[in-house]
Formats: sequence, structure tokens, C-alpha cells
Amino acid sequence: MKTNRRTFVAGVSAAAVLSGSRVAYAQKKYDDGASDTEIKIGHTNPYSGPASAYGVIGKTIEAYWKSVNEAGGINGRKVKFITLDDGYNPAKTVECIRQLVEQDKVLCTFNTLGTPTNTAIHKYMNQKKVPMLYVATGASKWGKPKEFPWTMGYQPDYHTEAVIYAKHILANVKDAKIAVLMQNDDYGKDYYEGFKEGLGKDIGRIAKHVSYETTDPTVDSQVIQLKDSGANVFFNIAIPKFAAQAMRKAGDLGWKPVQYLNNVSSSVASTMKPAGFENVQGVITAQYLMDPTDKQWDDNADMKMWRAWMAKSNPGASLSDASNVFAHSVAALMHETLKKCGDNLTRENLMRQAANFQKFRLPLLLPGITVSTSPTDYYPIQAVQLSRFKGESWDLFGDVMHAESS
Amino acid sequence: MPAFPKKLLWVLLALAFLVPLLHPLFPDVVSDYRLFLVSTMIIAAIAVLGLNLLTGFNGQISLGHGAFYAVGAYTAAVLMDHLNMPYWATLPCAAVVCFIVGYLFGLPALRLEGHYLALATFALALAVPQILKYKWLEGVTGGVQGIVLNKPEVPFGLPLSEDQWLYYYCLIVMVVLYWAAANMLNSRSGRAMMAIRDQYMAADTMGIDTALYKTVTFGISAAYTGIAGALSASAIAFVSPDSFTIFLSIKFLIGLVVGGVGSLAGSVVGGIFYVLVDNSAQALSLFVKNDLGLQFDLSAYTVFGILLIVLMYLMPMGIVGGVYLLMRRLRGLRG
Repeated sequence: MKTNRRTFVAGVSAAAVLSGSRVAYAQKKYDDGASDTEIKIGHTNPYSGPASAYGVIGKTIEAYWKSVNEAGGINGRKVKFITLDDGYNPAKTVECIRQLVEQDKVLCTFNTLGTPTNTAIHKYMNQKKVPMLYVATGASKWGKPKEFPWTMGYQPDYHTEAVIYAKHILANVKDAKIAVLMQNDDYGKDYYEGFKEGLGKDIGRIAKHVSYETTDPTVDSQVIQLKDSGANVFFNIAIPKFAAQAMRKAGDLGWKPVQYLNNVSSSVASTMKPAGFENVQGVITAQYLMDPTDKQWDDNADMKMWRAWMAKSNPGASLSDASNVFAHSVAALMHETLKKCGDNLTRENLMRQAANFQKFRLPLLLPGITVSTSPTDYYPIQAVQLSRFKGESWDLFGDVMHAESS
Repeated sequence: MPAFPKKLLWVLLALAFLVPLLHPLFPDVVSDYRLFLVSTMIIAAIAVLGLNLLTGFNGQISLGHGAFYAVGAYTAAVLMDHLNMPYWATLPCAAVVCFIVGYLFGLPALRLEGHYLALATFALALAVPQILKYKWLEGVTGGVQGIVLNKPEVPFGLPLSEDQWLYYYCLIVMVVLYWAAANMLNSRSGRAMMAIRDQYMAADTMGIDTALYKTVTFGISAAYTGIAGALSASAIAFVSPDSFTIFLSIKFLIGLVVGGVGSLAGSVVGGIFYVLVDNSAQALSLFVKNDLGLQFDLSAYTVFGILLIVLMYLMPMGIVGGVYLLMRRLRGLRG
């Protein structure tokens, strides 16, 4: 091939662009919400209302960006993090998100919390072509790049996790008769659907399935029903308060099934301890993040880093709340994504970078678990590891399991 | 409470219709988002108007109007989603369904007075989100996942944006409903309603069918709030049980008391007030923390509460009542 002057110049400039982002000064590209000095990120979170316990996530993420800005920002740009209270009310979320996108003109939204709330804005964000990154919900519908190319999840979805439990039960428990306790909402149902799918033709092994409402005072009567079914496996799909009640009640009743507990409630401080350590020996769960109350991580570099960061940048926040670990890890992923964008802070490039992680090692994930995404894989974390409760902490066992979600 | 001056009403109405046309002149001020926000205020105003018919003009207390709002919203959503009904046709359907539900609820409510009625309606508001999740209804209501809808499309090829059209749509509905309520209150039936509120026994003695009036008022009130719910389903383009918690009913009551019990204009002011304050309470608490540098971590609801207490202290008759009182005093000073 003959090289003429034009292709030569093109080739040289391309090489210059590739050789370093500093050289490519003229290549700066911005969409709404990004400039030479600032990147605007929007966020909604329930600081009030029935789900306000999740408010700590928003506060920790805010502290994270503050510490990033104090350290000089991302590629010289400060992060402006605008977080609004939606009270876990989808109608309110729509209002907040429209304010963020249309008035505040954010580059993207990040870690908006809740399944119904995110459902309400799902279509809107994709019509507006605004990235809706790393949403804080484990529902399985956030990773559909074909229909919703601007929305990406973060944590392993509930569906996949439940499939893993079902397979484990079938492989390890002889003549399993399964009792299921389920919170009667989208989160509970997502788990239950996955569980049934995992059981496949053995679906008849579910001996009893009962549900509770978050407004119920206790789940005692549900647990009694489950015990009376004569089940030898207990799958506990409950948030910490009810999960602890259920395991304590099972212990009080002298019911000793093989217990599986959803990851949502794996916190030692808020579930296992209140349930009574004597009642939770041998309980199995799946994890992807380090539990800050688990003593085995005390000497881990990630955990030390996190504790130091918490003491310095987020004083007053609870060191035993797993939500603070979650918030730090997801913010760190967003940080990395923005860093990778360099000076090309367009919405399109942001999505391209978010969908381009290869086995990225994110701090505070369990050893062996990494972040991988691609233009067809919008599930950043898809691996979990089973662990069994022993003494006063979780004991990881088996291999890290990678599950392809449905 | 005296009626609102008619002239002022016409001026406000004309302004309301003209505002979106200013968009080309001030694109940032009259933005789509702001119009959407005003639409939600109008929707809230209609809901409060419905509650006012019951509480303000008929003297029956309801802590559960969020339930009728939910029924209206779901009626509209289900009709649009399952039967592909056009959005405007869902309004009368929602009104009819809510009227029936309200009327039926009004029958047992006849035996309940004052606080007991308040408690019964409170129970209704608590029950409705749970009923929507019920497994036999799940196929229709979508359960906890709710129903995702489309926003109303602009008809006849009008050169409007979706939000501008939504604004006009809500405004027209409110004007019609306001006009109907004003006429009703100004009629024999309206006077009967108010007579029941003021002196139940006297009204009964004078031959007013109190049972009929109370139940029908309950139905009409529910229908108004149901229409507001149906409008909100179109505006938000999504319904789910989480949107209709007990807080919603309480907000309507706040709007009612703040705007002015027993005043139609007060309902509109109340609706606007609660959306406005609900939205600015958080901004205000952030402002106190970040800009004034006070180390109070006030939650938005705390700010909301403080504002309410101050307002109730300064204007015990609601905003409209307070303004009217103020105007009368000023006139008294002059004359």
C-alpha cells in the first residue's frame, strides 16, 4: 500500500492520541454535566420514609466524593454529587430524577436506590439517553443492554444468588424438603423465582412457602407453620430484622433444618448476633463483599484501608454497617469508570467505559471476585462465594461461583 | 369563608394558560421540568379539592383519601395497560369507579362520627397498598412491580411538548372540576351539605336526607380524588403500591388544613403548597447545613414540620383565610 501524506498525518495524530491522554488536549469532549472543572452526578436515595435505613448509603457515597475532591478530583475535575430524598416513593423519584436531568443537567445518575423507584425512571432515562449507572437494587432486570442500553446494575442479582442456593441444596442435602420464608415484595419474589428455576424439575421439594409483610411485628407464626411442614431445609428470604427473628424462633422451637440465608441479611452485627450465635451455627449464605464485622478481615489490606477512610472521611458512620462497605465499593467503581473516561466525558463514552471492565479488582470484594462487563454483559458482579457461619463469623468455603444470569 | 373574588380568578386563569407560551422567550424559566412540577401541583390541588368537599363542606373527616387516589390511578393504569384505552378516556372511568367505592365506603361510615370515621378511613389507606399486592389481583395490578405506562401524547399535531400538553390537560381538568364544585356548592345540594356540617340535627329536622347526602358526598369526594389519581398515573407514567403509602393521605390533609378548610381556592393553594414545600424542604435543610454552616442535620420532614407549626400559628384559618383576614384588616385601617 502506498502511503500518501494524508494517511501519514492521520496515522501520526492517531498515534499521538493513543500515546497519552495529556497529549490529546484538543480531544476534550463533553456532554451536559461535564466541563474542564466539574463532573455532575445525580443520585436519589430514601433519607426519609419506610426505607430510610438505606439513607446511610447516600451519606457514605457523599463522603466518598468529598474525599475524592479533597485529593484533587478525577483527572483534575471535581465531582459535584447531587443527592435527593425520594422517600422510596416512585412518584417522587420521577420528580427528583427529572430535576437532576433537566434542571441540574447531570452527566449521569449513579446508584439510585430501590426496585420500584428505579422501575419508575427506567424508561425515562433510556429515552433521554442519560447513563443510569450501578443502580442499588438486586433485581435481575437491570442488565438488558439491548432494550435498555443506558442502565446498568451493580451487585449480583437476587435471581442468580437463589439459583446457586437451589443447586447447592440439590447437590448436598439428601431427600430435601424445603421450607421457604419470603418477604412479600419484588425483592422476595425475585429470589423465590430464581430458587424455583434452580430447582427445576425438583420443584416439588418445596414443602411449604409462606410470606410476611414488612409491617408485620414478628414472623413467629410463619416459622411455626414452616416447622410443622416437616421440612429439613429452610430458605430464609428476609431482611435482617425478620431473618434474625426467624432463625431465633427456629432455634427456640428446636427445629434444626439446614439453613440458607439470603445475602441481604448476612451482616453479623445486624442479623447473626441478634439471632443468637447458638441458633445460627452452620447457616449458609452467599457473599461478594467483605463483612466489616467479620474478624477474619481484620488484617486485610482493603479492610484496613476502608477503616482508615471511614475514620478520616466519614466519622460518625457505623463501622459495623455493611451498607457502608457497599457504598464505598460502588463509589469506587464509579470513580474508576470516570477515571477511564479521561477527557472524553460524553454520555456515550461513559457507557462504553462502564461496559469495558475486564476482571477489575475492586477493593472490598471478596478475594477472587472481580468486576467484568462488556457491551452485552451489563452485570458487573456475577460471582459469589458460599460461606458457613462458624463461631462468631462467616467461614468461606468452596470456590468462587460465577453464574450467568438468566 | 367568603368566595374568592371572581375577577382575580379570571386573571389567574388567563395567566395559567399563557405561561407555557412564554417558553420560547424564557426557555430556562418555563422549562418542561417546571411545567411538570406545576402539573403535579395541579393534580395535588384536585385531590385536596376532593377532600375539601368531604371535610371542609360536609364535616366528615377522612385520613384515607390516598386510598381513593390509588384506586383512581390503578383504574386508569389498568385500563391503559390491559385494554389500550386512550388516557383521556380513563378519567371518567376512574371517577365512576371511585364514586362507587366512595359511596359504598360511605354507607358504613354513616354510623361512624368524628374520630371513629377518621380511624376507619385511616385503615382503608393502610389496606389499599396491601390489597394491590394481593396475589389474586396481581395479574391485573402487576403486584409490587407496578405498571409502566406511556406519557400522554400531544393530540391534533399541536406544536407542544409532552409536558406542555400534560400541563394544559391537567389545567383543563382542574378548571372543569373547580367550576362543577363551585356550582354544586352554590346550589340547594351544596347548602344541604354545609347545613349537615354546621348543625346536623337541625338539618335532619328540616327534612334533609342526611344519610343520602353524606354518602353521596363521600362518593363525589372520592371521585374527585380518584380523577387526580388517574391524572397522576398519566403524568408519572408508572404506578406501584409504594407510591400510595399512608403519607400521601396525610399530605392531602396537610394541604387541606394549610390551604383553608371549607374554601375551594384554599384547596388549590393547599395542593400547590404541599408540593412546593415537599420539594423545597430538603433544599432548605441542605441550605441550613451547608451555607449557613449550622451543624444541624435536619431532615426534610423536620423542616416541613417546623414550617407547618409556624404557619398554623400565624394563619390558623389556612393561607386563604389568613390572606383574607389580612386584607380585611388593611381595609379597616384605611377606612
